[in-house]
Amino acid sequence: MRAAPLPELQAGFAAALFDPDLPAPAGLTPTPGRNGPDGKRFSVYRNNVVVSLSRALRDAYPALRRMLGDEFFAAMADVYVRRHPPKRPVLLDYGAELPEFLETFAPARRHPYLPDVARLERARLRAYHAADARPFTLAGLAALPEEALGALRLQPHPATQLLISRYPVVTVWSMNAGLTEPAPVDFSRREAALVTRPGLEVETRRLRPGGADFSQALLAGARLGEAAEAAAGKAGFDLAANLADALGAGAFLPPPAAFPPIPPEKRG
Amino acid sequence: MPLSPRSEPALAARLPERAGVGLKLDHVKQILEEKSEIGFFEVHPENYMGAGGPPHHYLSAIRERYPLSLHGVGLSIGGAGRLDGAHLQKLRALLDRYQPQSFSEHLAWSTHEGHFLNDLLPLPYTQETLRLVAAHVEEAQERLGRKILIENPSTYVAFSASDMDEVDFLAELAGRTGCGLLLDVNNVYVSATNHAYSPEAYLDRFPVHLVGEIHLAGHAVDEDESGAPLLVDTHDRSVTDAVWTLYERVIARVGPVPTLVEWDSELPDWPVLAAEAARAEAILFSAGEGRDARRAAS
Repeated sequence: MRAAPLPELQAGFAAALFDPDLPAPAGLTPTPGRNGPDGKRFSVYRNNVVVSLSRALRDAYPALRRMLGDEFFAAMADVYVRRHPPKRPVLLDYGAELPEFLETFAPARRHPYLPDVARLERARLRAYHAADARPFTLAGLAALPEEALGALRLQPHPATQLLISRYPVVTVWSMNAGLTEPAPVDFSRREAALVTRPGLEVETRRLRPGGADFSQALLAGARLGEAAEAAAGKAGFDLAANLADALGAGAFLPPPAAFPPIPPEKRG
Repeated sequence: MPLSPRSEPALAARLPERAGVGLKLDHVKQILEEKSEIGFFEVHPENYMGAGGPPHHYLSAIRERYPLSLHGVGLSIGGAGRLDGAHLQKLRALLDRYQPQSFSEHLAWSTHEGHFLNDLLPLPYTQETLRLVAAHVEEAQERLGRKILIENPSTYVAFSASDMDEVDFLAELAGRTGCGLLLDVNNVYVSATNHAYSPEAYLDRFPVHLVGEIHLAGHAVDEDESGAPLLVDTHDRSVTDAVWTLYERVIARVGPVPTLVEWDSELPDWPVLAAEAARAEAILFSAGEGRDARRAAS
């Protein structure tokens, strides 16, 4: 029998890796000293592929794993990995479709907040790997002439992402990330999260009332005055506190030189 | 971010004839704080292909102080399809940025028709495979602007189409492309046990003058359906005695070669990994002294 050319051989090998119902691919030699099939030996490759990708998911979604438990998470990862094998040899963003997958994954439907917890963890991972930049600080804002503030447009930091949820996503996440003590959760509460990374640590802020509209407007390129107007209708909106949250987290970049800081001797 | 001036070892042109370890972010703060006495560090470039953040911050700090090796796991040198041009570009950018003393990849394939299989999969050793792999190595060396090292794989199955021995295949590959070789002694032991050949005979025939780096790692022990031993290259435990013995045999033959201890999952505390490197270095240094004594005597 003539051996299959390499492309054909690799096609058969790759197909059998992801489908446990297929036999080991053709063209393997029997183990020396015996004539049986190479089932278990080929299974090492099957196992390596699925286990290594499941591990990548587990590392990317630590709070989700804690919520689901190791066994449930592993079973879910097994299905996900076969349905969404990676397309590139870099796995830093592997598992990006997990939130949408969870929405359609029947065993997880009883907990409709799970996809948003996954979205928050994904936002944090993207912030972790995002480009570095020095953020705009509250002190920087204070150095601008007051009359210029309303027209100020802020550029988002490359790590900044906003997640607006119908669930108390930050509360649930922080309990399962081991950052806050477990406590009863009011699942009717809606929360929005601002995620960024001003230095080496990823920041996750639960936004106050009106903060979602305010941050969303700023991230869309609105002027500070316009963003304040967009949020003004929300009960309890406090512009100064929201601005302190956003800049305190490091969510924006310093404005370009159009607004040069005032030298200290000319202030006041 | 500009790098600070590099230390003297970090400026070396080649990896030192010392022991190194695979760098893990879990260990990096301790390494930098205690200024660990390690010959060099190695990383998978694929883990440093993000735009910024802690991975680049800490790798830059390591690179200022130590020699570095980039050890790729994603190029799929043995893939029947074309090499991934975008991936080569990212590798080139990392090589330009970090200026590592060594870049290596595997005699294996890991992508198929747009899917990345995230494992180092085995190849039949034939003239057809040799032509393909040689063309890919040449292309990679050209695109990366440097000579690369190719590592012998750990394998669990073999192909009836193979009509060349792995050692001959690697020697021929190096001869055709000018690439160097990375000799993974644990992979030799794992493959030799799985396919029932002698690891000593393999090592004694290996073209050691082409070896730019040696790898050591731990493996798991299992058996197949027939009860025959089945070793799995897991990188999740310490190096076994059998592999240390083979390593001593290689070093006695070739003299000191930069040697890396790989430990990629079930990570131990830093002192455990550092002790593995110290054990390798003791073997390297005794060989170095033996070589110097022989030179002095002749």
